[in-house]
Amino acid sequence: MSTPNSPSMLQALSPSDSGELEQRRVLFAEIDASCRLPVLLLFVSGLTWLLIGTVLAILASWKMHNPGFLADWAWLTFGRVRPAHLNAMVYGFASESAIGISLWLMCRLCRVPLLYQWIIMLAAVFWNLGVLIGVAGILAGDSTGIEWLEIPSYASPILFFSYALIGVWGIITFRFRRQPHLYVSQWYLFAALFWFPWLYSAANIMLVLAPVRGTVQAAVNWWFAHNVLGLWFTPIGLAAIYYFIPKVIGRPIHSYYLSMLGFWSLALFYNWNGMHHLVGGPMPAWLITVSIVASVMMTIPVVTVAINHHLTMAGHFRKMKYSPTLRFMVFGGMSYTVASLTGVLMALRSVSEVTHFTHNTIGHAHVGMYAFFTMVVFGSVYYIVPRLTRREWPSAGLISLHFWAAALGMFLYITALSVGGVFEGLAMDNPDIPFLDVVKGTLPYLRIRTGAAFLLAIGHTAFLINFVWILARLWRPYRQATPMIIAATQPESGPIKP
Amino acid sequence: MNYGPLLFLGVFLTLASSWCGLVLIPQLQLWKSGGLEAVKLEKTGEFYPPMRSGLAEHGREVYRANGCIYCHSQQVRPKGFGGDFLRNWGQRRSVGRDYLRDKPVMLGTMRTGPDLTNISLRQPSASWHMLHLYNPQITSPGSIMPPFRFLFETRKIRRMRSPDALDLKPPFAPPPGYEVVPKPEAQLLVDYLLSLRAVTPLPETE
Ligand code: HEC
Repeated sequence: MSTPNSPSMLQALSPSDSGELEQRRVLFAEIDASCRLPVLLLFVSGLTWLLIGTVLAILASWKMHNPGFLADWAWLTFGRVRPAHLNAMVYGFASESAIGISLWLMCRLCRVPLLYQWIIMLAAVFWNLGVLIGVAGILAGDSTGIEWLEIPSYASPILFFSYALIGVWGIITFRFRRQPHLYVSQWYLFAALFWFPWLYSAANIMLVLAPVRGTVQAAVNWWFAHNVLGLWFTPIGLAAIYYFIPKVIGRPIHSYYLSMLGFWSLALFYNWNGMHHLVGGPMPAWLITVSIVASVMMTIPVVTVAINHHLTMAGHFRKMKYSPTLRFMVFGGMSYTVASLTGVLMALRSVSEVTHFTHNTIGHAHVGMYAFFTMVVFGSVYYIVPRLTRREWPSAGLISLHFWAAALGMFLYITALSVGGVFEGLAMDNPDIPFLDVVKGTLPYLRIRTGAAFLLAIGHTAFLINFVWILARLWRPYRQATPMIIAATQPESGPIKP
Repeated sequence: MNYGPLLFLGVFLTLASSWCGLVLIPQLQLWKSGGLEAVKLEKTGEFYPPMRSGLAEHGREVYRANGCIYCHSQQVRPKGFGGDFLRNWGQRRSVGRDYLRDKPVMLGTMRTGPDLTNISLRQPSASWHMLHLYNPQITSPGSIMPPFRFLFETRKIRRMRSPDALDLKPPFAPPPGYEVVPKPEAQLLVDYLLSLRAVTPLPETE
C-alpha cells in the first residue's frame, strides 16, 4: 500500500492489523451475500432495458435518414420511438444500474449488510413495471410531451413509490452505518438518493399532475431534466469512480480537500444550470443569466475532480491494461471532464446561438449519459458481479470487445454529431441557405451516427453474452477462491480492501 | 466530513436554493407582474392570447402524442439572435404570455424541421398541410420529416370521390378506384397547425 497523505484516508484505506483484515473479509463476504439477489436483479433488468433501448435507438437513428422506414404504424413513428428510447435508457437501464451500484457501495462503505432484501426486490419489480408501462404508454401515444418526463401520469407514481422504498432503504443503511468515517463516495451517494425523489416528485406535480401556468413549465422542465443528469447520475457516477479507482490500483485518493471542494461546489452550482437550455427563449433574462453563470462556475468542481482523479491515477495508468473496471472508469472519468467543459461552452450565449436546436446538443447529451455515466456503470458491473456470484467472468475477450466497441462507437457518435451540429447551426442561422439544404447537409453525420449505434450494439451484445454466461455458471459448483480478475488487478493478492 | 446531519443540511439547502431561485421566484415574478393573465388588447378589445378552438386544442394532443416536438420548436428568438427573424419564422420574439393557455408548453429543443410558432401565416393552406403530412416528399422532396400515413385512410371510392380526398399524383397516388382521406386526427392536427401564430404586438414586445 502506498503512502496515504491524509489521516482520514489512512483510516479508511489501510487495515491496521491482520486480525481486522480477516474480520473485514468475513464482513465483505456477508455484505456481498446480502446484496446478491437484489443487486443482480437490478443489474439484469437494467441490462434488459439497455438492449431494448439500443433497439429503439437504432430504429430512431435509422428513421432519421430513412424517414419512410416503418412509417405505417403510429407506435413506431420517430416522435414516439425517440422518447421511448430516452426513457428506457434513463429510467430503465441507467437508473436501475445506478440503484444497484449505490446499494452495494453504500453497504460496503457503511459496513452493514443489506437487510430485508425482499423490500428492494419488490421495489425493483415495481420499478420495472413502472418503466414498462411508461415506455409502452409513450409508444401508444400517451407521452406527456415534456422532455425527460414523457412517462404518462398512470406510470410515474409507480416509479415514485418504488423509488421511495429504495431511497429510504439506502438512507437507513447510511443511518445505521458501522463505519464512522464517511468516504467521499458516501457523500455523493447520500446526496443523490436524497435529491432524486425531490426532483422527480416536484417536476411531476408541477408539470403533469397540477401544471403551473405558462413558461414557468419550461423552467421546471429544465430545472428537472438537467438535474437528473447533474444530481442523480453524476453523483452516483462520481461515487463509483471515487471508490473503484483507488480500490483497483490500491492507493488512496490523492487529496481529501480536493474531494471536499469538488463535492460542495458541485452541490452548489450544478442545480442552478438548467435554464441554459432556454437561452434566447421566452423567459426572464435574469433567469437565463443566472444559469449561464452557474454553468461557468461548474468549471470548479469539474477541474477539481479531474485533478484529483488524475493525480490518484498518476503512475498507474498501465494497470488499465489488466483491469477492465479501471479501463471503463478512467474512460468515464475523462468523459466527465469533457462533457462538463463542453457544457460550459455550450451554455454561453454566443455558442448557444449556433448549437442550440441542433444535433450538437444530442451529441453532448451522449457524452454525459454514455461516455461518462454508462461507461462507469459497465466498469462497476464488471467489478461487482464476480463478487456477488463468486464466479469469474467467463470471457476476457468479450470484455475487451465490449470496451473497444463502446469506446470507438462513442468516439464516432460524439464527433459526428458535435461537428455536424455546428455546421447545421451555422447554416441554419444563414438565411441564404434554403432550409431543405440545411437538412440535407446533416445527412452524412446522421448516417455515421447510425453506424456508431451499431458499434455500440455490438458492445452491448458482448456484455449480454458474458452476463448470461456468468449467471449460467451459478449452477456449477463454486471453485476458485479469488476471482482471477481481482488477482490480476490487486497489487497484493488477498482480501479486498475497502 | 463525518457528520451526517451536516451533510444532510448542505444537500438539502443546495437543492432548495435552486428550487426557490429557478422555479418559485419566476412563478412569483410572472404572477406579480400580471404575466400570468390574458391581457385585453386596446385596439380590438379582445383578450390575448385568444382561446384556441376545441378542434385545435384536440389537434394539439395529436401533435404531442406523435412527438412533433422532437423536430420542431415553437419559439422565436429575439431579433439578431440566430437566424429566426431572417428566416421569417416570426415578426416579433416570443414572450411568456404567448404560452399562457398551453398545457404542456411545448417550446421544443430541436430544429431538425423549421420553427412552427407562426406556421399558419407561412402555410395557410389546409390542403398543403394534408399532402405534407401524408408524405413530406410530395411537397418537400428530400425532407427527412416522417410521413404520417397512419393519420390517413386509403379506401375504395364508393359512389363518388370524397370531397376531403387528397389530390395525389403519381407516384404517390393510390391504386385506381381508391382514395386517400384524412382520419379525424389529421383534420384536428391541421386545425391546430392553422391556429399557430403569435404576431399580436404586446406591451412587453415593444
Ligand atoms: C424527424 C423530424 C421531424 C418530425 C418528427 C416532424 N417533422 Fe415536420 N419537418 C421536418 C423537416 C426536416 C421539415 C422541413 C422540410 C419539409 O417541409 O418537410 C419539416 C417541415 C414541417 C412543416 C412545414 C414547415 C415550413 O416552414 O414549411 C410543418 C407544418 C411540419 N413539419 C409539421 C410537423 C408536424 C405536425 C409533425 C408531427 C406530426 C412533424 N412535423 C414532425 C422534420 C420533422
